[in-house]
Amino acid sequence: MKFVDEYRDPDRVRQIAAAIARSARRPWTIMEVCGGQTHAIVRFGLDELLPDTVTLVHGPGCPVCVTSVETLDKAMAIAARREVIFCSYGDMLRVPGSCQDLQRVKAEGADVRVVYSPLDAVRLARARPEREVVFLAVGFETTAPAHAMAVRQAHNEGLKNFSLLVSHVLVPPAIEAILSAPGCCVQGFLAAGHVCAVMGVAEYAPLARRYHVPIVVTGFEPVDLLEGVRRCVQQLEEGRAEVENAYARAVRPDGNPAARALVSEVFTIVPRKWRGIGEIPASGLGLAPAYAHFDAERRFDVGAISAEESAECQSGLVLQGRKRPHECPAFGTHCTPEHPLGATMVSAEGACAAYYRYRRPRGEGLEAYRG
Amino acid sequence: MAEPGGDGLAFTCPVPLIGTERILLAHGGGGQLMHRLIEQVLAPPLSNAALDARHDGGVIALPSGARLAMTTDSYVVRPLFFPGGDIGSLAVNGTVNDLAMCGARPLGLSAGLILEEGFPIADLGRIVESMRRAAQAIPVPVVTGDTKVVERGKGDGVFINSAGIGLVGEGIDIRPARVCEGDAVVLSGDLGCHGIAVLAAREGLSFETTIESDCAPLWAPVLALLDAGLHIHCLRDLTRGGLASALVEIAEAGSASIEIREDLIPVRDDVRGACELLGFDPLYLANEGRFVAFLPAGEAARAVEILRQFDPARQATRIGDVRPRDETAVAMRTRYGGRRVIDMLSGEQLPRIC
Repeated sequence: MKFVDEYRDPDRVRQIAAAIARSARRPWTIMEVCGGQTHAIVRFGLDELLPDTVTLVHGPGCPVCVTSVETLDKAMAIAARREVIFCSYGDMLRVPGSCQDLQRVKAEGADVRVVYSPLDAVRLARARPEREVVFLAVGFETTAPAHAMAVRQAHNEGLKNFSLLVSHVLVPPAIEAILSAPGCCVQGFLAAGHVCAVMGVAEYAPLARRYHVPIVVTGFEPVDLLEGVRRCVQQLEEGRAEVENAYARAVRPDGNPAARALVSEVFTIVPRKWRGIGEIPASGLGLAPAYAHFDAERRFDVGAISAEESAECQSGLVLQGRKRPHECPAFGTHCTPEHPLGATMVSAEGACAAYYRYRRPRGEGLEAYRG
Repeated sequence: MAEPGGDGLAFTCPVPLIGTERILLAHGGGGQLMHRLIEQVLAPPLSNAALDARHDGGVIALPSGARLAMTTDSYVVRPLFFPGGDIGSLAVNGTVNDLAMCGARPLGLSAGLILEEGFPIADLGRIVESMRRAAQAIPVPVVTGDTKVVERGKGDGVFINSAGIGLVGEGIDIRPARVCEGDAVVLSGDLGCHGIAVLAAREGLSFETTIESDCAPLWAPVLALLDAGLHIHCLRDLTRGGLASALVEIAEAGSASIEIREDLIPVRDDVRGACELLGFDPLYLANEGRFVAFLPAGEAARAVEILRQFDPARQATRIGDVRPRDETAVAMRTRYGGRRVIDMLSGEQLPRIC
């Protein structure tokens, strides 16, 4: 398959792994930011190909994992209303809020639907003018353009029964939060290639400079990922800290200007709560004042809902690369994909789910299974 | 950002959702949730030797010494008509395939129809005609039926339940517990066409090529394996939950571990492409005309040769082996030499966000 097979070629993968082994003389810790990258690394066993000197830690780039409990509680409060058709991407349905998840709310009678595109929700709103159609808009910079497009389309058509529950998050503030946290051990980053395909690479230069870390824009296939690691290690060994684009086939320096323009028209930068991490200033997107009438939080008056997260789950540490999933005492015992303690175990892109799925030997998790 | 204080961090997490008091859609996904529903709620009160074998059908011994296999399956596919098949052909082939996996020659089927008020009779005619064609091809008669009508909104057009009985030949003993070290794992064909075909038809997704369901009867290839005198230990058709769930179920029921090789598993390019796009793993996609056979490794080449003479099994290939039991029930060697655990899905595969 073109654009896939050449980037999964075992010979190229082994060559790059060998090059990394030759160049890495000192121990380095590198974080891949995106959950899609984490999954590919574990699924293909790429970390097993690296020398002992290179440690990969997994970053906060899973939109499902970092969506706050509060947002989920708001989502469920809205979804439970009789007039509402609540639309969401599939993998948000299993993420627990304070005491429920959307698939349980659905089983109790709420009209919750999985959609593949926000434009499907707009179409539904057009077809069902007697119902309120609400779309749960989560994700990083990657999904923001499509969500902005949906809002503008609804605006242009004058749809009064469409709204968005927005919980968008941004990558650069998260990287900064990790770098500025006490005890940060990350020495280099693999930035998420698809985020940069939208936003470009300019935002990363100040971070690389200020914290003296190399940031390599990296794709998602085995060859891409190892090439990102190779370039990052090379910079570290040479004492450089630059932004480098190892995913040039998809990422232009200025990203996608049309998408960026659309996002900045419809959304505005806001503080955002991250699950397991807490509030990070200027780390999210909310609807811009001109589009505030599409804000489901206002329309259904759920702004006052707030939620506390509890203590056993260590997903916050995992999301910052300070703990690896299997180092958590709850991993595979109290916390499994059927009974997740935290969202990193729920989402297909969550680091804990990746470890559980691809690394867990028989026996682990049986305690919860028998429960 | 929350300030971490030593190891007792301020990070918090919601109370876990232990169990559920209601049926979730995910209980129907063929993964862990369904497995647990069967093991905890459904099977224990009804326990008996045939049911407890956890095979695709139950085997009953007659006073004459002959053995009958009996199976039942309900079909709730949406849309009712999809590229490569419809609910009618699915109901016949699916039930016949469950019998075939017991090594049983199909003798007769039932057809229980639950129809929704308002359903077009012309469409019902198409479905029944499709059942006729599928049954004739095997051949197996539909010997009894039942029809119920529910109010509009209480059904999804048509649901079909189909039971089947078949005759298990002398000396045939096919069940998960017989799988043992030294067996080869033979897969009858490429994975995932049915899952992607139905998903694409339901969600209006279009790909460059039309992916057709692999829905097909499997009795003829199974019969050929049996007629050749091969020592088949276990057969399992790959339906919901795909190859991965089938292998995990068999490994858990037996006393060995299974190792398969990623580079040997056939998946069509367009199915792979769809999986890449949607974030699905072909190992977990539904199939309706594929199965795995476990038999002594020395007989694997012969089995592959025989299977390849049949249309639904032209790509039959040996994909792995059964090894001494270790801590991993099912593992896969990746293309890069790594080893990956294969587990059952938790619920259904859900398309990812980005």
